[in-house]
Amino acid sequence: MSIAETKTLEQLAKAESRDYLWTLNFGPQHPATHTTLRIVLFLNGERVVDAIPDIGYLHSGFEKIGEHLTYNQYVTVTDRMNYISPLANNIAWHGAVERLLGLELTPRCKYVRTILAELSRISDHLLCNGAVGLDVGAFTYFLYAFHQREVLYDIFETLCGARFTNSYTRVGGAMHDMTPLVVDKIRAFIRGFPKTLDDMERLLNRNRIFVDRSKGVGVLTKQDAVARSASGPIARASGVTRDLRKDDPYLAYGDLDFQMCCAEAGDCFARYLVRMAEMRESLKIVEQAVENLPAGPINVEIDERTALPDKKQVYSTIEGTISHFELVMWNRGFTVPHDESYAAIEAPNGELGFYVVGDGTDVAYRARCRPPSFIHFSLFPHLIRGHTLSDIVAVLGSLNIIAAELDR
Amino acid sequence: MIDSKTQSAISQAFGSVAWSEFRGQARAVVAAGELAAVFEFARDTCGFDLLVDVTCVDYLNYRDAEDRFGLVYLLANTQTNERLTLRTFVNEPDPVVPSAVSFWPGANWMEREVWDMFGIRFEGHPDLRRILMPEEYTAHPLRKDYPMQGRGERHNFPVLHRSEA
Amino acid sequence: MALEVPENVVVSRLDALASWCRKNSLWPMPFATACCGIELMATGASRHDMARFGAEVMRFSPRQCDVMIVAGRVVMKMLPVLQRIWQQMHEPKWCISMGACASTGGVFDTYSVVQGIDRFIPVDMYVPGCPPRPEQLLQSIIDLQDKIQAEGTVGGREFLTAERQQPKRALVELPVVSLPRGVSRLPQGVRVE
Repeated sequence: MSIAETKTLEQLAKAESRDYLWTLNFGPQHPATHTTLRIVLFLNGERVVDAIPDIGYLHSGFEKIGEHLTYNQYVTVTDRMNYISPLANNIAWHGAVERLLGLELTPRCKYVRTILAELSRISDHLLCNGAVGLDVGAFTYFLYAFHQREVLYDIFETLCGARFTNSYTRVGGAMHDMTPLVVDKIRAFIRGFPKTLDDMERLLNRNRIFVDRSKGVGVLTKQDAVARSASGPIARASGVTRDLRKDDPYLAYGDLDFQMCCAEAGDCFARYLVRMAEMRESLKIVEQAVENLPAGPINVEIDERTALPDKKQVYSTIEGTISHFELVMWNRGFTVPHDESYAAIEAPNGELGFYVVGDGTDVAYRARCRPPSFIHFSLFPHLIRGHTLSDIVAVLGSLNIIAAELDR
Repeated sequence: MIDSKTQSAISQAFGSVAWSEFRGQARAVVAAGELAAVFEFARDTCGFDLLVDVTCVDYLNYRDAEDRFGLVYLLANTQTNERLTLRTFVNEPDPVVPSAVSFWPGANWMEREVWDMFGIRFEGHPDLRRILMPEEYTAHPLRKDYPMQGRGERHNFPVLHRSEA
Repeated sequence: MALEVPENVVVSRLDALASWCRKNSLWPMPFATACCGIELMATGASRHDMARFGAEVMRFSPRQCDVMIVAGRVVMKMLPVLQRIWQQMHEPKWCISMGACASTGGVFDTYSVVQGIDRFIPVDMYVPGCPPRPEQLLQSIIDLQDKIQAEGTVGGREFLTAERQQPKRALVELPVVSLPRGVSRLPQGVRVE
């Protein structure tokens, strides 16, 4: 059996012509992995002949916890899934629950969630591109990106009191309404961010070192992207025109004007460019949504019996009191259909979906998460074969693997 | 989210497929023996070129459930944006279904995860090993009869004291 | 006979001097696994500036480090790695357990998550929070410095005391309480067997 035909470590150990290969262990605790993942590399000189990923170093049973916490409690756990853009996880989780319940959100809630989803997309892409820059040697670029992330953290902290474990959404609404101060801070961010984005593009887009290290590296063809279930910016960088915000408009995306960002090359540089372009589009979406933010309540009507009524209603109306009482009593909560459904959003990393099975109680019977990082990391051996050792960090960075989402 | 033509094409090709719908999502229940043929038909004839997810649900103690494990295949068509959910049910003692890796290479890790978490064997999978849990692990943790806190595996390690390290 | 001491000479105990040197040049080993790692990065970055306390030199090689900061949950598969890295660090060494998950398992009371790294390796400082803010991590470093100064390190006495050999708290597994389906929380005072 030749090296190319082997699939497992055991087979590889027995393979002929292995003698000249050097086995190198990469991770699980390594600065360039950013997270906890392990890759066993087989090197011929500096060329990577094969890479065998080994994951599970952060598997903490998220899906099992989902079967024991109520639909509202579980949102705190989804924060810790992709901790680079936790709001996107919150929105995906409660979007799936609301699909199961058949709830229609209020217009204001849809817009608020859209704004937050797009801000978290910016924050995710900033970290991803910043880390790619850092790994290939552009440290200044990383600092530019992190400075803007601090501004975003500031917005999220004003919104809900936590820097990045937000837990902001609730079934049928949000924990509380967006305050005018948050809107002001978002407006300030919209004004200030394009300048940084221009600076960042000037730093890297035509930087010889960066372009040489990322162009033509880790090429994913369009057929492979579809066949291997890639989604999000990684699929779009390979020319797959698929964006759930356009194809299956959820929240307020149907009303807003924006472009789907695609590239054709499918290499690390194309993925970088797609992410940069998406940040501009996201900013456009945020700007439109903030200026057209509808008035009205953020939570669904009291008759839906899912979101807690506001205190005024609880104190002054009998419906409010009963509804509040029913929701907080330990053996009541709201009821969900005895059925199952899948709902996905276009998270910064790709399609993030939840397959929720309801069993009548307010605890999910099964809460399956479709994690984009997990699927994208399975592309890694395919992308790295034949490249050099130093390309590993560029490919890993451009795939944006978040271990907590990878392993759950 | 599925075209009625696609739906009737699948129904014509496979008479035993049972359809249901919930919140606009069409679900087809397929017998485990027919699964490979349905995969091929869905991919080649109906154009479902993207396998979104493979997962499993353990229906132990679920109301009105007849079978133990229900597999879920979420398919999508990248051209028309149709979506299809394929379901199949398997039972103990030896839950086994045909692998989808030969149709969608992306199924590789998803099926390994289902094997790891539920212990469902995928016939024809090129490399069916545990993916998230350690190799030595014996249980399948997402099964409903496995306790959330585990059975003590998490504390089965040597303790390092300050004088030893 | 009086001893003449020039003005620029300070007399101290060797123990205090060595501790003072050690506490002000802590090199952290960032064992960042999950969300807390992002706050660890923020602590090292410009706004919070860990360098003010002499602890900015992050080294990813355990052989060069003094203090291991475990940031994030540690799971079954990772624990042997953690222990190995701890063993590879040279004496004197300390350990900060950052965040609820590393200290107690946090919200992840599941089959795979180790319920507190102090069950398996010695821990000097616990930082509460999920995740702790950078200020909290800085405070823990200051507290660790106080501890280093107070304990003294010459002669390695701190490793000999009987008290330090004991596990920090009772490592007794709590009995598993299973709730009936559909019940997510219990009223106070009710126990389910």
